[in-house]
Amino acid sequence: MIFLRLILVNLLRHKIRTLISIAGIAFSVAAMLTVVTVLEGAVGMFSNILSSGSELIVFERNVSDLFFSDVSPAARDQIAAWPMVSHADPVLFGVVSSADHPIITCFGVTAEDARIRNASWVSGDAGQFGKGGNSVVLGERAAEFLETSTGKDVPIGHGTFHVMGVIRTRNGFEDGGVFMPLEAAQKFFHKEGSSVITIKLRNKEDAAAFKAEVHARFPNLIALEDAEFSRSYSQFKILKATAWAVGGAGLALGGLGVANTMIMSVFTRIREIAILRVNGFAKGQIAATIFGESAIVAVTGALCGLALGGAALYALKEVPALHGYVDVTIHPALMLVVVLLALLTGLAGALYPAAYAMRIKPVEALRFE
Amino acid sequence: MTVESKASDSSVVIRASQVWKSYDEGTISVLNGVDLEAYKGEAIALCGPSGCGKSTLLHLIGGLDEPTRGTITVNGKTLGRNRDMVQFMRHEVGFVFQLHNLVPDLTMEENCLLPAVAAGTPRGAALDRLKELAVRTGLGHRLKHRIQKLSGGERQRTAICRALMNRPGILLADEPTGSLDEKTSGAVFDLLLDLAHTEHVTLLMATHDRALAAACDRVLEMHDGRIRTDR
Repeated sequence: MIFLRLILVNLLRHKIRTLISIAGIAFSVAAMLTVVTVLEGAVGMFSNILSSGSELIVFERNVSDLFFSDVSPAARDQIAAWPMVSHADPVLFGVVSSADHPIITCFGVTAEDARIRNASWVSGDAGQFGKGGNSVVLGERAAEFLETSTGKDVPIGHGTFHVMGVIRTRNGFEDGGVFMPLEAAQKFFHKEGSSVITIKLRNKEDAAAFKAEVHARFPNLIALEDAEFSRSYSQFKILKATAWAVGGAGLALGGLGVANTMIMSVFTRIREIAILRVNGFAKGQIAATIFGESAIVAVTGALCGLALGGAALYALKEVPALHGYVDVTIHPALMLVVVLLALLTGLAGALYPAAYAMRIKPVEALRFE
Repeated sequence: MTVESKASDSSVVIRASQVWKSYDEGTISVLNGVDLEAYKGEAIALCGPSGCGKSTLLHLIGGLDEPTRGTITVNGKTLGRNRDMVQFMRHEVGFVFQLHNLVPDLTMEENCLLPAVAAGTPRGAALDRLKELAVRTGLGHRLKHRIQKLSGGERQRTAICRALMNRPGILLADEPTGSLDEKTSGAVFDLLLDLAHTEHVTLLMATHDRALAAACDRVLEMHDGRIRTDR
C-alpha cells in the first residue's frame, strides 16, 4: 500500500507533467487504434466483396494487384463444370471515373452474382440486370454523389450509361461503386476474362481438393480460401503493415514522452531515492517504483486513448464522404494489443531512468543538504 | 554505566581497525587510521570540529560508503562486498540525520513504515511497532499528519521512530539536534538517549554540543581524521 502511495505521490507531485505524459500516450494510442481499425475495416470490407456468397477465390498467380489479374472465360467455364462446384461467378474489378469523381470502383458481374441476387434494391428490378445494353446499377452512395437516380443517364469514362437500379449495401466499396454487366465491363476495360472467379462449393470439405485441382489444371491460376486470401494478399499486408508502422511510430513518440517524464522525476528526487536506500530499499525496489510510475502513466494513457480513439472512429463514421467505408468495430484483441504495447512502451521509457535511480549512491546524494 | 564495566560484560558490536578514507585519488584525506570499539547498548558521542571526519566515519559504519583502507566489523562480520548490505541496512542499523530526511508528501505513519515496507515486515506487526514507538516519542496523535504539518522537533522524533522501526542494534545519529533550538534539542536528545537505552541499541552520535555529549557513556574526540581522546 505504501509502495503504491510512494508511486502515486511522485505522479501527483507534478500533476501537469504527469498529465502531459498521459496525454502523449493517449493520443498515440488513439492514433494507432484509429488508423489500424480504419485500415483493418477497409481490408475487411474488400475481403467481404470477394467472399460475398463464396468460400474460395481463383485469380492469376503472382499478380501484385487483383486489378491486373486476368482469368480466361475458358478457365471459368471449365471450373464451373466441376462436380464439386456449386457456383463459379466471374468478377471484373476496375476503376472508372465520372465528373468530379476520378476514382469509382466498378464491378463487372453476371446477373447470377450474389451481390446482385442478394442486394437490397432501393429502386429498379434485379431481373433486368444485364438485359438493357449500356445499363448499370449504382450503389446508393454512388447514386448520391453522382446526383443521379434510376431511369437517368450517367457519364462514366467516355461513355454514357443508363441507371437501371440503385442498391443498398453495408459495404462501403460496394455502396460507392458501379455494377456493370460482365460483358459491358469487359468491353469497357478491354478485357476478355475476369479479375477473379468467386467459388461456392457444394461441400465445404472439398476446399483442399478444389485448390489441388486448380493447381494441377491451371498452373497460372491460384485458388485460396477467403481467410487465406486476406492473410496472404500483398496489398492487404502492405496496408496492415503501414497501419501498424504509423501507429507504432506514434506510440514510440508517446514512449519518449514517458521517458522524459521519468527522467525528470528521478532527477528531481535524487535525495528522496537516497533516503529510501538508507531505509533499506534495495535497488530493485527503487527500480520498481520508477517502473510502477511509468506503468500507471502508460495504462492510464492507453485507457484514455481507447476512449479517444473510439470517439474518433464514431466521428469518422458520421462524415458523409466516409459513409460505409469506416468499420468502427474495435476488436477486443486489438484493444488488448494496444494497451500492452502502450505498457511495454512506457516500461521501455522507464529503463534508463530506473537504471540511473539504481546507481544513485546514498552517501553522495545525502551530501546535498 | 562506564565503558569499563560494559567492556567486561558485553560483546563488541562495532570494531573499526585502521580505517582510512580519502577522496579524489588520495588528494583529500578524511580519515587517517581510525580505531574504534563500541559495545552493546553504549551511547557514544563523536565530537570534533567540522570536517574532522565524524560524518564520514558514521557513513562507513552504516555501510553507506566503503573505507579506502582498513576494516569495519559489525556484529562480528566485516562490512564489504561479501556481506548483504541491503539486509544489513534493513535490520542492523538505523540512521538519524541533521535534516530529518523524511518524504514530504507522505504522512508521519507512512514515513515511519518505510523501513518495514523495504524489509517486507507484515503490516500488522509493523503498525504495532509504530504505535509503540509513537507513544514513546509522544507522536501518537500525529500518525496521520503529513510531514509539512509537523514542527521541527516532531519531524526529528519521526526520524527517530523510523530509524528504530526494524529494531536495529545500532543507531547512527549525525548531528541529530543540529537544526533544532536549544529547548527542542534537549528534548530530542533525551528521547534519543532514553530509547537507545531501553531498546538496548548502541548509539553512535556525531555532535558539536558538548553538553549533550557529556550525557553519553563515552565521548570520542576526533581531529584531522583520527580519534584523539576517548573518555
